[in-house]
Amino acid sequence: MSMPAYYTTKDKIWHYAFRVICFAIFFFLLAPILIMIPLSFNAQPFFTFTREMLTLNPEGYSLRWYRDFLESDSWMRSIRNSFVIGIAATIVSTTLGTLAALGLSRSEMPAKGLIMGILISPMIVPLIISAAGMFFFFSSINIAQTYLGVVLAHAALGTPFVVITVTATLVGFDQSLTRAAANLGASPTRTFFKITMPLILPGVISGALFAFITSFDEIVVVLFVAGVEQRTIPREMWSGIREDISPTILAVATILVLISIALLTVVELLRRRGERLRGLTPQ
Amino acid sequence: MADATMQYSPDTDSRGRLLTSDGTPLRRALERANRRRKLTALALVAPLLFFILTFFAFPIAQMMWRSVDNPQVVNALPRTLEVLRDWDGRDLPPEEAYAALHADMVADLQLDRRERNIGPLGIRLNYELSAARSAISRTTRNVEDFEAPYSEAFMNAHRLWGDVELWRIIKREGRPLTLSYYVAALDREYDEDGNIVKRPDNRQIYVNLFGRTLALSLAITAMTFLLGFPIAYYLSILPMRYANLLMIAVLLPFWTSLLVRTSAWIVLLQQQGVINNALVGIGLINDDGRFSLIYNQTGTIIAMTHILLPFMVLPLYSVMRTIPPSYMRAAKSLGATPSTAFRRVYFPQTLPGIGAGGVLVFIISIGYYITPALVGGQSGRMISNEIARHIQQSLNWGLAAALGSMLLVGVLVLYWLYNRLVGADSLKFG
Repeated sequence: MSMPAYYTTKDKIWHYAFRVICFAIFFFLLAPILIMIPLSFNAQPFFTFTREMLTLNPEGYSLRWYRDFLESDSWMRSIRNSFVIGIAATIVSTTLGTLAALGLSRSEMPAKGLIMGILISPMIVPLIISAAGMFFFFSSINIAQTYLGVVLAHAALGTPFVVITVTATLVGFDQSLTRAAANLGASPTRTFFKITMPLILPGVISGALFAFITSFDEIVVVLFVAGVEQRTIPREMWSGIREDISPTILAVATILVLISIALLTVVELLRRRGERLRGLTPQ
Repeated sequence: MADATMQYSPDTDSRGRLLTSDGTPLRRALERANRRRKLTALALVAPLLFFILTFFAFPIAQMMWRSVDNPQVVNALPRTLEVLRDWDGRDLPPEEAYAALHADMVADLQLDRRERNIGPLGIRLNYELSAARSAISRTTRNVEDFEAPYSEAFMNAHRLWGDVELWRIIKREGRPLTLSYYVAALDREYDEDGNIVKRPDNRQIYVNLFGRTLALSLAITAMTFLLGFPIAYYLSILPMRYANLLMIAVLLPFWTSLLVRTSAWIVLLQQQGVINNALVGIGLINDDGRFSLIYNQTGTIIAMTHILLPFMVLPLYSVMRTIPPSYMRAAKSLGATPSTAFRRVYFPQTLPGIGAGGVLVFIISIGYYITPALVGGQSGRMISNEIARHIQQSLNWGLAAALGSMLLVGVLVLYWLYNRLVGADSLKFG
């Protein structure tokens, strides 16, 4: 933004002051996340920069926390659990959520508002209440502290995201395409896989990503429903923070930040592709 | 085309109604087709609806039921309750009541260990009167040897049996449904006449905690607004290329694990953390003057503002993008000062975004559990932490359910408001 020529001194000061304030806020948003990256290479078991680190002395840096992380059975188990539970929950919620979104976006759908309200309720109800309810219910049907219990719980929490993203994709969907396919003799299944699916795929994939992230990052339900065997990465970090606080969690955090950067990129690319496919001008 | 229309003569039945090619009336065929399509739509939604109702809605309804469900006394002491029906609750109950109590307890001991009702009874009464559980368990040990007069035998076994209060509680809670968990959740209790009165000040917990939860959530919402408004505005006036780039600063925290962000703030804010060390390092404070930035309300507010800021920026930004810059220029060319133009022309147009972001942040923060639990210490605790404590530690599930139901109703009302303001469909992520 260049400054208009008619700006007075006061306008100019405000112009710069505003930008300084904005960048301070951006700094507030990013700095806490980024500061953990150098700290995770600390050679000392502290959560702060040592003198060696500040003088860029190589002695101050080490990979010991990454080694700790990689050699720890409980951390490795938590990674496996996070992926197993996350992927299983994503498959359940993406399948059910996509089907439901297809039904919800049909004009013949009765009681649309009520059903939509029920389907997205897992996103609205505070997690502690969902977790408490599931804790009692899953204990009563003997699936508390099992993988099945955690997967079902996470699938329920992830479906609203799939329903919302896929429904949003279907808003711009041209129904005459499916009619044309039917007219040309395609069966409904064939129409779905050949016409509908490729077009709504970006929405489905980003819904699935949201569902996966929801499970991958979820901790409250895990605290209540999972046993020791099902501990996920956030659950292990929770213990790490509460019990033996060591820079290992910073190493884990750094890896997770890198994963979220990768996911962010994927979602952004999908969004652009989706807009291009639906003929919306990328802004 | 014209010829085709001319030659087309539709099939009709004797009363002139249109027929399809297989001879059914067109109206009926259409109805059937519409019904089939409606069923198809329902069939597509049915699996998820069933899944959510079974594994999400039902468990929550079941949990809320616990806040009024009260079977323990009714199950354990049917005979005693029968006798107590005519008791006025002023003095100790008559000898028949003790005899009935004896009969109830002896009968219960005949049951299979897993079906006994005395254990749950002790736990239930203990919520209302501490020591009631030990009175029950100590009495149970030798109740089978009791002989008449039973009142004496019971009072010898535990002094609480000579306390009218315990009997009043047994009578009051001898109904299958109770309001006493809600009474406790509102910091009230029953007095001698069965009226609901305020608890003494030193036992007032939950109303204050609800108040604090609301106050903290309001503070967090205000902070996210103060920080979110400038950057949303800045992003909205930048050319798209730069805006998308800077948007990463908002989206990266959004996509980063909650636990990572919370531990980042622990690293920064603790006494030996980065911020305090830096302040000591540059000599701004001395070593004894380190700030307590964490494990208190300050910590909760800072960390949660950071975590929820994207939820404020994203709706604000999407509203601000749609405000045409020409309006501000028009206001200025009509003689408004920049601040007047902003206040009277620009700001009112951002209100839908402020409403959406504000309600969203507020809804999320009043139910927040993890961050207050990790960085809140004692003074930064919120209502969710108390619910979790009652489920996991004090095991008073009825009270937890009552507190949870009140929180849930609050959130649903707010969500309804949010829906009226913006519509749930406008929720977008990323």
